Amino acid sequence: MANTVRALEERGLGATQRRDAWWLQPVAVAAGLGAFVIYSTWAALQGNNYEWGPYLSPFYSPLLGKDWWPFSPAFLILWAPAGFRATCYYYRKAYYRAFFADPPACAVGEIAEHRYCGETKFPFILQNMHRFFFYVALLLLVFLWHDAYKSFFFENGIGIGLGSLVLTANASLLSFYTLGCHSLRHFVGGKLDTFQVGGNCTMRHSCWKGVTRLNEHHMLWAWCSLVMVGFADFYVRMLASGIFTDLRLL
Amino acid sequence: MSEMVIRVSHGTTEKMEEKTYKVPVGPGMVVLDAIHYIQSHFAPDLAVRWNCKAAKCGSCSAEVNGKPKLMCKSRMDAYDQNEELVVHPIKTFPRIKDLVTDVSWNYRVNKTITPFTPPKGNFGKMYQADMDRVQEFRKCIECFLCQSVCHVLRNHEKHEEFAGPRFFVRIASLEMHPLDEASRIKFLKEEGGLGYCNITKCCSEVCPEDIHITDNAIIPLKERVVDEYYDPVQKIFRIFSGK
Ligand code: SF4
Ligand code: SF4
Ligand code: FES
Ligand code: FES
Repeated sequence: MANTVRALEERGLGATQRRDAWWLQPVAVAAGLGAFVIYSTWAALQGNNYEWGPYLSPFYSPLLGKDWWPFSPAFLILWAPAGFRATCYYYRKAYYRAFFADPPACAVGEIAEHRYCGETKFPFILQNMHRFFFYVALLLLVFLWHDAYKSFFFENGIGIGLGSLVLTANASLLSFYTLGCHSLRHFVGGKLDTFQVGGNCTMRHSCWKGVTRLNEHHMLWAWCSLVMVGFADFYVRMLASGIFTDLRLL
Repeated sequence: MSEMVIRVSHGTTEKMEEKTYKVPVGPGMVVLDAIHYIQSHFAPDLAVRWNCKAAKCGSCSAEVNGKPKLMCKSRMDAYDQNEELVVHPIKTFPRIKDLVTDVSWNYRVNKTITPFTPPKGNFGKMYQADMDRVQEFRKCIECFLCQSVCHVLRNHEKHEEFAGPRFFVRIASLEMHPLDEASRIKFLKEEGGLGYCNITKCCSEVCPEDIHITDNAIIPLKERVVDEYYDPVQKIFRIFSGK
């Protein structure tokens, strides 16, 4: 019953026998990450409208160099979260697929005949620095929680505004994202061959399990925290420029 | 009983062709059943490797509609009955004939890995928490679907410099074993080519045993390589602590 004869070579960008919409995910990721990079760069370049009442935009927190730094204070901060996300194991997957098409999706052809070094050569060998960005990100988290706490103290006393909730949600989501980091997972227990250290197995194992629980949804936290941090800046910016008025809940 | 059109790749690496067959589809039927039907009714010489028909031996790996799959675990009713189903051998390895590929490269790579090296004599207690972590890696059935889909092998053909996800899983099971005394970190960085993996996770997507290859084996190993080679703080700490 043989009736067709066809030879098939799967080479070149997008060449595949897959029939599903494999391109949908890389396109969505490229759109999402692209939009965030454009918005955050624009917001950082503004250098104003980052404070309103007790609220401070997370792009500008902690607020440094107001007196001596000639550019937008955001640039003193943003390199850290940018480096943290750029070297994050999840985002690496996301942008290698979406922006470098290496590969665009599983079992789908790549740009033909390009040199591939993976993460063995400059610049991608720098991905190995992820843990150092993690240390800084952890420090920033302390400031963001402080901002969230401060956001409940208005000029006329303690209260809850929509902005207080936004900044608290932002700090929470960033915590879930940061505390699910693979480098932390390694540090708290993954690096050990046995969790039984100094006669105490449960402590290291519990820490490792806790981080693992967050780590299993690392992609979800990565996206939720990304959207939220962008929204938090947007909300404060809208208040500061007088376009929105803060909804005071209490 | 409904019928489905199946396009199967025949031939060798040098000369391949696709042939189309009409196969009746019954309830519970899997792609491997369809291939067997073709073998018994139309093409007795169609070469296919299989053993258990229970997704446990890892023999029947193929690419169904372009996706690396175990044929015995791929239900026919999961596919659109009105469209042709396309079955090819796994890529990445040289084809011997039809759906059978020569995967012996994997066995050669396997031999280069330092085997389990326990201490001599009696050893202490084993802890459940430690065993739970390495147990996941023991589920591997060596179907090599992960090797087939990994773009470092599939598209970049780095067979000489890269061991591939299956062997990172094996190395993880040894490196994280509480009794193992050997270190394979240098091997991973140099001969094993762990740095070529850009953690794009296709291996994890296709693994029929649902081993979280990237999250639980590759990334933890990458972190161990960083400890050894890319972390100056740890290096200084090691000098002073004498470890
Ligand atoms: S995650 Fe790494 S090993 Fe797995 S398929 Fe991708 S490149 Fe290959
Ligand atoms: S790790 Fe999974 S996909 Fe790879 S050979 Fe083992 S069972 Fe197959
Ligand atoms: S792995 Fe994603 S934050 Fe570290
Ligand atoms: S026949 Fe054994 S895994 Fe399919």
